[in-house]
Amino acid sequence: MRNTAMNMVHKLAARDERVLYIGSDPGAGTLRAMSEEFPKRHLIEGISEAHIIGMSAGLAMEGFVPYVNTIATFLTRRCYEQVAVDLCLHNLPVRLIANGGGLVYAPLGPTHQAIEDIAIMRALPNMTVICPCDADEAARMMEQTLDWKGPIYIRLGKGGDAIVSRAEHGFEIGKAILMRPPGDVLMVTTGIMLQRALAAADLLAAQGIRAGILHMHTVKPLDTAALLQAIRGTRLVATLEEHVPSGGLGSAVAEALIDKLGSGFPAMLRLSLPDRFMHNYGSQDSLLKKHGLSANAIATSIEHALAASRPPSPQLHST
Amino acid sequence: MIQISPHAEAALTCTLDERSLYLRRLVLGSVRSAGRGHVGPALSLIEMVRVLYDDVLRIDPKNPGDPDRDRAILSKGHGCLALYALLADRGFFPLSELDGFCGPDSILGGHPEYGMVPGVEASTGALGHGLSIGVGLALAARMRERSYRTFVLLGDGEINEGSVWEAAMGAAKHGLDNLVALIDYNKLQSYGPTDYVLPLEPLADKWRSFGFAVQEVNGHDVGALRTVLKQLPAVAGKPTAIICHTVKGKGLPAAESNADWHHKNKLTDSELEAIRVAVGDF
Repeated sequence: MRNTAMNMVHKLAARDERVLYIGSDPGAGTLRAMSEEFPKRHLIEGISEAHIIGMSAGLAMEGFVPYVNTIATFLTRRCYEQVAVDLCLHNLPVRLIANGGGLVYAPLGPTHQAIEDIAIMRALPNMTVICPCDADEAARMMEQTLDWKGPIYIRLGKGGDAIVSRAEHGFEIGKAILMRPPGDVLMVTTGIMLQRALAAADLLAAQGIRAGILHMHTVKPLDTAALLQAIRGTRLVATLEEHVPSGGLGSAVAEALIDKLGSGFPAMLRLSLPDRFMHNYGSQDSLLKKHGLSANAIATSIEHALAASRPPSPQLHST
Repeated sequence: MIQISPHAEAALTCTLDERSLYLRRLVLGSVRSAGRGHVGPALSLIEMVRVLYDDVLRIDPKNPGDPDRDRAILSKGHGCLALYALLADRGFFPLSELDGFCGPDSILGGHPEYGMVPGVEASTGALGHGLSIGVGLALAARMRERSYRTFVLLGDGEINEGSVWEAAMGAAKHGLDNLVALIDYNKLQSYGPTDYVLPLEPLADKWRSFGFAVQEVNGHDVGALRTVLKQLPAVAGKPTAIICHTVKGKGLPAAESNADWHHKNKLTDSELEAIRVAVGDF
């Protein structure tokens, strides 16, 4: 996914001279082909994220569209005030390409695990937050970023994620994609939780449970209309995210349901990472499994939640 | 042993001409109307802003979006009263706006906002942002082959921020000789002396070692400021840092080098009288 997104920057740069790549201190050879073809628009500015964001704001004020790229935690935690003031307050078209969203850097520990990035980026006025699920979707997404007004935070996965997005669904920023029709449960996913949701849906189907999937690649602005349409007739809305419980997709969905419906919406199940830093290493998959976000664990949690939300059986009330 | 710059001594003793007094009357009139304002930081800055807007910047108040205009960013946004006075006087907006400072419907807030105030190039207030934005503007000028220059006004307390030094390294890397950092070196920040809060000396050597061509000047000497700012870049291929030795609260004896006047709420009758004595009726 990362390589695809990077190559798309090069492709967009070839098409549009406003496009810049700005890296802090990325891996050797990052976008080498672009650096050779467009050396003046391939900028490596050092481990100085606060400065890079401000500099990108200045470049965007003059009509450029900078694509700023580094590790997700450094692009969010380190320079949050610059993102808020320089980018969001001025509403400038800077794109933040965040490597290693969620637990991609599991072996590197909590300094490198972006587990609250969606929440803090989503909290900023004017910011758009996108989490593509695979490389193909990342490519379609990048096509849409060129002329989007305002800043965008792009949370990238590891790379090599199974391709589950489909070209016929297209990609539009802010428009969710219905991957499976709603049934007993609607799973709402973002990023690479879609792959787990699809596998969980198959497991649930084997148990006779119909599971729908709404892929919310854009967490902000949230596609509330698609959400309200998809929950009709379902008994349970389950949100799946590689993120702490506060402020991410689950929060966004709950807020939308409360704001639009107030009451009378299906039961909700928010599946997420716990509200703590990860002190285990291993892999993205192993940490997701540990915290109940494997396909099996998701399916089991949904089964339990459906059982708990079932209306009381009449027999239980008869004496 | 750190030597006191002769420019700093000159800043303490130099007198102000009628235009400088007039601009102070505008600033203090806004403070009187609003019942609040950063007085000391604005008064130290006035001559720097005055010379920029009167004599140096290639700008047209009737066309503030001219792509070839020089850019100026007040990175120490809390000094905005000085900027507002100059912008109003130069015709970017009516002088009457100054009376509405910080009011509910005013365009003029306690820190300057882009899009709200004609002539303001960037929203500032949070410190340590302006120089990086300036690097972006200056780099864009080079990439677009435009001749505009970028000036960034920084406070001495502001350069406590590490982001300023990140920006300085970036400016030097790109050899941005179309970028000028002016440091309002009044040696007094909110809590107290810069030497106490976080010592900056040797300040000129710091900027020099970060790759800037450095000039030092009495920041209240209009003629000296003109001379320095008319000879840019100071060194071809290098960004310029101009350390302007100033006096916080300059022109108002009660406020000079007095941290209590960093931000002032409602002015008392005796303070208003002292202002009249110092700068004239306002």
